Amino acid sequence: MSTPAVNTSTTTGSLPPNSIRGAARRGVLARPGLEAIENKGWLRAHKWLLLRRASQLGILALFLLGPWFGWWVVKGNLASSLTLGVLPLTDPFLIVQQLATGQWPYREALIGGGIVLAFYLLLGGRLFCSWVCPVNLVTDAAAWLRRRLGLKGGKAPAAKTRYWLLGFVLVIAAATGSLAWEWVNPVSMFHRGLIFGFGLSWGIVGGIFFYDLLIAPRGWCGHLCPQGAFYGLIGRTAVLRVSANRRSACNDCMDCFAVCPEPQVIRPALKGVGQDHPLILDGDCTTCGRCIDVCGKDVFRISTRFDRSES
Amino acid sequence: MSDIQDTTDRAPAGAGPAPRGTTTSRRRFLKDAAGVAGGAGLLALGAGLYAKQASALPATAIRPPGALAEADFLAACVRCGLCVRDCPYDTLKLARLGDGVATGTPYFEARDIPCEMCEDIPCVVACPTGALDRSLTDIGEARMGLAVLIDQETCLNFLGLRCDVCYRVCPVIDKAITLERVHNPRSDRHAMLLPTVHSDHCTGCGKCEKSCVLPGESAIKVLPAKLAQGSRAEHYRRGWEEKDAAGGSLIGEQVELPVRGLEGKAFGDTRVGPGEGPGSAPVPSSAPAGLDSGWKP
Repeated sequence: MSTPAVNTSTTTGSLPPNSIRGAARRGVLARPGLEAIENKGWLRAHKWLLLRRASQLGILALFLLGPWFGWWVVKGNLASSLTLGVLPLTDPFLIVQQLATGQWPYREALIGGGIVLAFYLLLGGRLFCSWVCPVNLVTDAAAWLRRRLGLKGGKAPAAKTRYWLLGFVLVIAAATGSLAWEWVNPVSMFHRGLIFGFGLSWGIVGGIFFYDLLIAPRGWCGHLCPQGAFYGLIGRTAVLRVSANRRSACNDCMDCFAVCPEPQVIRPALKGVGQDHPLILDGDCTTCGRCIDVCGKDVFRISTRFDRSES
Repeated sequence: MSDIQDTTDRAPAGAGPAPRGTTTSRRRFLKDAAGVAGGAGLLALGAGLYAKQASALPATAIRPPGALAEADFLAACVRCGLCVRDCPYDTLKLARLGDGVATGTPYFEARDIPCEMCEDIPCVVACPTGALDRSLTDIGEARMGLAVLIDQETCLNFLGLRCDVCYRVCPVIDKAITLERVHNPRSDRHAMLLPTVHSDHCTGCGKCEKSCVLPGESAIKVLPAKLAQGSRAEHYRRGWEEKDAAGGSLIGEQVELPVRGLEGKAFGDTRVGPGEGPGSAPVPSSAPAGLDSGWKP
């Protein structure tokens, strides 16, 4: 009985669906990227994923070297850190909130925030989400499990919710005169928990996992997180972008839509909806490169926003 | 339904009346937007209310030296933990969810590990956001809290013993904590040396609380100044302070009236020496009853 099952999934994978977004949202594909693994080999079909995990875990390791082994390369956490005693880095989202409360931070925090802001402005705001943020590991795991278990349905709030939430986070900061979001922010709580100890924060991280798994597909990172929304706004003009420059080779297998954490960003570039160039310019794109991995036809590649070439 | 349609159509919509489809989609858009905004607003409001409600700091949680007033501190601290990392004595820790302190903010509990009052104040230097105020450069000026000898029933010095440990360990000994000698009425012949905290000098480091020899809870505790101190009644003038400030009494020299039974003592000295006291020193029989006890200035 196992052979028909495999056939079914292959068939589903190669048939052009009626509605691109609908199919991806329903999580039709349990194992996207099978064709890519066949064509390119496992390693190349996971290249960007592996690089991304290395980046996420590597950054986390830098923070953990100090508390675990006493090698203080980086002190602090993603909210604000000091590398090798000289390089301050501060989360600009926190600085904006702090300014909203009416507090003016010291020079170190402003410099650190400026460096981080410049980096993401240049390279892509949501690189933070896919290459740095530890919550990505959690929500990716939930999305993976959701595909594997074939869980369908569930309802995510509108993708715009995060921008409203971002606005309200700043309003609440100004109204209460305190960094109110930091009381519940799962992103900083998770990273801080890994480095400084969790307490009950596990509950919040677990909550996000199960929310994404059972209630809202890609619910947290793709629809709610105001921190991601902030970096998305920063990334509107970023240079580093994914391009569907071989889109003529696309066979509508839907694998990219199935793995993409923000599937709505693909269509304009891949299908030429509302634009004629193949660049994914939407600020919501996290430049995670997973679409490049899973595409059996090598449609996508990392490029710059100035490269509108097609081949 | 049609009413709404009409109203919408009549509204000035730029280039002519909107077609039916646009109106419906606009209405749906507004409805969706209201839902999304409402949901996000509720979430943020929940976070804000939770933050407000939970921002009361437990009395035993002491902020690092130089910390801004609690409300400002919660606005300025980004919960990065750099102060914790630079604390050489592992005094400071970051609050974890469930600790009862704003999650991720630094604090210490004096009975666990008190502040050692480093002269270079590394925690303050490490803070990038100004939650710990760098205008604090002399650790003696820090006011993390105020020590209070909170339980006079168990304090060994109050029981008449010479424990003195809190006094001995105080980094600002003889200023922040003094031993005040008072008569011990129980034995009637011993003194009690009572540890007494002075807010002018106490930094709230908590070494007294840490070192209190009582098992379990300490008899002397560092509390937030708000809990430990009464508000000064500004409308009361302290005569002795006014006198010092004016360089002399403001109401002229006072007639010093005698106190019966203490005629041989300097004015104001109420101590009772051996052989003194009622019964031991008979009033001179020549003295008539009444005010004039024969006392001469």
